[in-house]
Amino acid sequence: MWFFTPEEKEIQKVCRDFAQNELAPFAEKHDHDETFNLKAFKHMGDLGLLGITADPEYGGSGMGAIAATIVMEEFGKACAGSTLSYLAHTILCVNNLNNNGSHEQKLKYLPKLISGEHVGCMGMSEPGFGSDAVGMQTKAVKNGDFYEITGNKMWITNAQYADVVYLYTRTGPGKKDLTTFIVEKGTPGFSVSKEIHKMGMRSSPTGELSFDKAKVPMANRVGSEGDSVHHMMKNLEIERITIAGISLGIAQACLDQCVKYAGERKQFGKNLANFQLIQKMIAEMYSETEAMRRMLYTVCYEYDHGDKSNSLASAVKLQLPKMATKIALDAIQLHGGYGYSREFPVERMMRDNKLNEIGAGTNEVMIMIIAKNLLKDALRE
Amino acid sequence: MNEFQKELVFNLKKFCETSIEPHMEHDDASGTFRKEIFQGLGEYGVTGITIPEEFGGAGLSYMDYCYALEEIAKTSVPYAVTVSVSSMVQSILLEFGNKSQKEKYLPELTSGKEIGAFALSESHSGSDAANMKTTAKKVDGGYILNGTKMWITSGGVAKTYIVMARTGGDGAKGVSSFIVTDGMKGFSFGKAEKKMGWKTSPTREIVFENCFVPEENRLLDEGQGFKVAMGGLDRGRVAIAAIGVGCAQRALDEAIKYSLTRQQFKQSIFDFQGLQFMLADMATETEASRFLVHSAAHSLDSNQPNSKLCSMAKLKATDTSMKVTTDAVQVLGGVGYTSEYPVERFMRDAKVLQIVEGTNQIQRVVIARHLKKEYEHHA
Repeated sequence: MWFFTPEEKEIQKVCRDFAQNELAPFAEKHDHDETFNLKAFKHMGDLGLLGITADPEYGGSGMGAIAATIVMEEFGKACAGSTLSYLAHTILCVNNLNNNGSHEQKLKYLPKLISGEHVGCMGMSEPGFGSDAVGMQTKAVKNGDFYEITGNKMWITNAQYADVVYLYTRTGPGKKDLTTFIVEKGTPGFSVSKEIHKMGMRSSPTGELSFDKAKVPMANRVGSEGDSVHHMMKNLEIERITIAGISLGIAQACLDQCVKYAGERKQFGKNLANFQLIQKMIAEMYSETEAMRRMLYTVCYEYDHGDKSNSLASAVKLQLPKMATKIALDAIQLHGGYGYSREFPVERMMRDNKLNEIGAGTNEVMIMIIAKNLLKDALRE
Repeated sequence: MNEFQKELVFNLKKFCETSIEPHMEHDDASGTFRKEIFQGLGEYGVTGITIPEEFGGAGLSYMDYCYALEEIAKTSVPYAVTVSVSSMVQSILLEFGNKSQKEKYLPELTSGKEIGAFALSESHSGSDAANMKTTAKKVDGGYILNGTKMWITSGGVAKTYIVMARTGGDGAKGVSSFIVTDGMKGFSFGKAEKKMGWKTSPTREIVFENCFVPEENRLLDEGQGFKVAMGGLDRGRVAIAAIGVGCAQRALDEAIKYSLTRQQFKQSIFDFQGLQFMLADMATETEASRFLVHSAAHSLDSNQPNSKLCSMAKLKATDTSMKVTTDAVQVLGGVGYTSEYPVERFMRDAKVLQIVEGTNQIQRVVIARHLKKEYEHHA
């Protein structure tokens, strides 16, 4: 985009090279085996990407939504599963901790998370509370210098690999009586109870976390009791923007694959590029991808310049994943039988992208939020 | 549905629920095909449903066939596909085979004891099938086949293959068709395709290396192979369309069931109008597709096959299947994305319905060709 700074352009170049060399070649294997590319994750730490939005004081790069989204796009083109794990670590865990933790907590946890020595995750959803997240039931009960935490957290990206969990719990009966904790791996009473097998994003581990009177020291409470909703609100926009970045990467990669394939594949004595039906698909994919790109980065730009809009971030989260699923389905169709096989990456991209219509707030929740924002006066009548 | 169809569907439903459904999640993950399931379907007469009783078939209509395929697809798209491909092979043998070919090959296929497969596509000729490279060279008493066929549904588990190969010059007119059976010298199986869906239905390359096929195994005369290959098209398309309807119906059923039980914000998610609109659209599109499929089947049953209608049924039912299964995953949200619930499997299985038996782009080309012809005819 024309407004990228030299630093942002440099990030783009570094990430593009890294993604092509260290993510793309292994994406199919990790997808098939349902394994995590830990080696690449560690290397992201060496490149300074794991704390892209965190304060330099704690080892972060201190950059904004544009830079974080560039990483998502570039990684998303190569391996969306690895990118989702990167997002869960960098945006859901590190960025939250950076924004809400105390100086001592940040000094203790951020450097290792940002170097890649530790993997982070966030615990919000529960089996009975997905879209309705603030209804959560995992309880934290104060007992001397500790809290005892009991309950289950579902759909936790990076669960099996996480050294640090940024965890939301309930500390009272009121809707907003939610409190945040930092929970370390090895805490007595805390375990990863189940691995979850998924349609896509298979190179990103997902699991269920179980807490059975897990003892978490008072020092690991983030802010005060009842602060969680405030914490969540601060992070919502960047979560939605960055996950949309993965969908942009997927859409662009599908388009690139289709352009290449249309030039190579011959049927009826000429290559596919000559058929108007194929031209239409490619021209539409291009128009949609560019609309996605310009919408997304414009919203990032405004975000970085202090203009944070909940409706726009939700609109980005609604539009980009939805359009990318359509593009990826068309990309399979354009490749025909080969597109359905694992020899070409487009079927994986489609399976991966479907998650983006569900994770970090489903399309339907985005619709609800946007409608509520736009219609709040009318609804008050 | 008439009384007979109701009974057929009732029995199939019971069989699918008890003998197929319990295996599907595991077999999808591991890519396991169970021949005993196919043979079990044979006991209900659905593995040779439209073939006359004199060859062991059930002698039923294409409408009956569509109901059966829809019912099987509600549990397993891949097993419905195995049935449909084997049935297409039988309909080709019935239409183009001579008496001894029919007597020799049909009974074991109609009974479900063995499986039939159809080998047309090659790595460089998919939609452009007439451009195939596999050759059949005339020798004393038969032909020597050389080449590789790709995307062969039931490759490796089927016994009887209808194979198209080139006996003459370029283009469709140089193609002949042959019956090749598993075990013939020089006939082997190549790599198994790794696919996004249809994982319980094996798809493989089949390879011919100086494979001798006796002259009596040729269908029709030399040069008529493309006619044989295209002869099964209308029927194949209607079958895939019926499978698409079953696939969509199951996804819709799962979405309704889940949305009525899942509570968020202290009410069932079914009570949100956003969900109701999705479900109403899914149901309407599915029902519309079913009517189109039945119209196409009726044209086959009344011996006035309407190719335009068959292409329209295939196009509409499989596009609908894709859309409805995708929306069903969306309705189920996070759990819909996992293998604990079947909808993501049906979504993966739906995609290739838009590709096989002529991609949906090819269907549009066919439909447009009919539109032009009809216009010129009336003008």
